Amino acid sequence: MKEPGATEAAAREVLLAVENVSLSFGGVKALTGVSFDIRKGEIRAIIGPNGAGKTSMLNVINGFYHPQQGRISFKGVTRNRMRPFEAAQGGIARTFQNVALFRGMSALDNIMAGRTLKMNRNFFWQLIRFGPAAAEEVAHRRRVEEIIDFLQIAHIRKVQVGRLPYGLQKRVELGRALAMDPDLLLLDEPMAGMNLEEKEDMSRYILDVNEHFGTTIALIEHDMGVVMDLSDRVVVLDHGTKIADGVPDAVKSDQAVISAYLGVAH
Amino acid sequence: MFYREAGQYKTSYEADQATFPVLQDRIGMIVILAVAFVVVPLTMSSFVINSVLIPFLIFSLAAIGLNLLLGYAGQLSLGTGAFMGVGAYACYKLTTIFPDANIILLIIVSGFASAAIGTVFGLPSLRIKGFYLMVGTLAAQFFLSWCFIRIPWLYNNNVSGAIEVPTRAVFGIPVSGPNATPVTRYLIVLTIVVVMTWIASNLVRGRIGRMWMAVRDMDIAAELIGIRLPRTKLLAFAVSSFYCGVAGAMMVFLWLGAAEPDAFNINRSFLILFMIIIGGLGSLIGSFIGAAFIWGLPIMLKSVPETFGISIGSATLEHLQFMVVGALIIFFLIVEPHGLARLWQIAKQKLRVWPFPY
Ligand SMILES: Nc1ncnc2c1ncn2[C@@H]1O[C@H](COP(=O)(O)OP(=O)(O)OP(=O)(O)O)[C@@H](O)[C@H]1O
Ligand SMILES: [Mg+2]
Repeated sequence: MKEPGATEAAAREVLLAVENVSLSFGGVKALTGVSFDIRKGEIRAIIGPNGAGKTSMLNVINGFYHPQQGRISFKGVTRNRMRPFEAAQGGIARTFQNVALFRGMSALDNIMAGRTLKMNRNFFWQLIRFGPAAAEEVAHRRRVEEIIDFLQIAHIRKVQVGRLPYGLQKRVELGRALAMDPDLLLLDEPMAGMNLEEKEDMSRYILDVNEHFGTTIALIEHDMGVVMDLSDRVVVLDHGTKIADGVPDAVKSDQAVISAYLGVAH
Repeated sequence: MFYREAGQYKTSYEADQATFPVLQDRIGMIVILAVAFVVVPLTMSSFVINSVLIPFLIFSLAAIGLNLLLGYAGQLSLGTGAFMGVGAYACYKLTTIFPDANIILLIIVSGFASAAIGTVFGLPSLRIKGFYLMVGTLAAQFFLSWCFIRIPWLYNNNVSGAIEVPTRAVFGIPVSGPNATPVTRYLIVLTIVVVMTWIASNLVRGRIGRMWMAVRDMDIAAELIGIRLPRTKLLAFAVSSFYCGVAGAMMVFLWLGAAEPDAFNINRSFLILFMIIIGGLGSLIGSFIGAAFIWGLPIMLKSVPETFGISIGSATLEHLQFMVVGALIIFFLIVEPHGLARLWQIAKQKLRVWPFPY
């Protein structure tokens, strides 16, 4: 199990809290009155059966969906809803369940694109790509190369990502999110469809990011082994409601959770 | 192994991010520029310069304009012809109002008029995509074409309805109108096209180019890394229309010398679109290759059989041209969306490892 224990995590400052969030699409209720928090520096797993509302929750957090009810507090500011740009600027980065890379661009350009918000030389410097604009490009390239080395994808940096195998695409997508130097990283099933070795690599990257950069991570994952190994605390959703919340061991033995996973009628 | 980058190690990110990272490309570019600026004016006939090279350069610039919008930012537009027209009419009005102003400057300023109009007609892109956006830009094309005919102020109330380019001199040398020599006009067009191509390449390789391509490839993800979609799309419309506007102004002032409203109709939009489909979407070099191909094809079809003593009627020639272009467009759309530019890259890749298969 991951070291700094749950007691320590519980003592930390709250980075993000969702309160009583409800979201529906027409008649479909994706989320009903869900509340939980994510504390600074922790790895917070969000689990639940298919269709439980996990992805919808991330979409609410980074402003892609707007909940009908509830509030979101991030870094001490409370809002009824996030906007994607606010979320990005506030330091929330994200990877997607179905890889959402810029397919026509190289791996390097995809990751460089993650630095967009950090680059601020204006349009006219960009036109001549000289002086400050050129210096800026080089400075950010340096940071991007660090990320590329960290993720061990140097050999594919100039390859168009659409041609990469799935596992590498997931890694490039993580790279793009890391390039934002995020405070909160949302990972939607980063290991789906990977083999054991790739899963181990990805787990290591996630732990390293959390430990070395102190990045707070919200992780959606179906593989229970991975969840138990990586996370400090787990929140469990089922049919859009929260059915459990706590340290991995407690959640694992929770009766409601076991029933939800076994598909017991309720 | 004539063309290769092996052994040319990049010792810095600056070098890796240079315009032409490979030495052979750098040399090739210098040779091309030297030929274009020095050899061509000294050796080519006025006819070739005026009816082959000048239009090729102007269409290349318009193709770059459309390519920035469609190939890089992924916004489909059928208004290219109209935006070229805005540049041409703006330049005509400007030189009427300020007859003493430097005409080259006015051509560039006309680009801003076109950029403004293009941005307005880009507004629908904030709400709609793909097919519907295309229909929206088609409406812009027809509306502006209508303006070019129905607003006599635009052509100074000429009874013919056409614009006639007056003679304008820069430093005492006539550059537009009947007294300007083809070589003078060619050198001005060439300079503008070279500078603007260089600027376009700076844009597409930097932050703005990445923002455009991000919006093109996956707008949701683009938004979530902090790219503001509205201004990114509008910037693409503005820059694209700027390029088209300058191309349109040059077309009238530095090439044709006069223009009817027809010069900027929907056919023009399609012509430029075909150039970038055949040349390569999302490639600046492709814009040149496509322009050379579409503009050069009729000339080739006419002259090649003639050298073998075969003469083809002009009607047949036109049909032949339609067939070749149509077939190629279907071919490229299905097989190689990156066009001739991509084939050129593959050829370079082969050269890099020649004579070995890998
Ligand atoms: N854009 C949408 N429009 C309509 N319904 C949606 C939309 N997004 C999600 N839903 C619905 O909301 C519910 C929750 O979906 P969500 O994708 O959040 O589940 P999930 O927990 O991520 O599932 P999975 O493990 O399969 O990824 C589902 O019933 C889904 O059909
Ligand atoms: Mg999901």
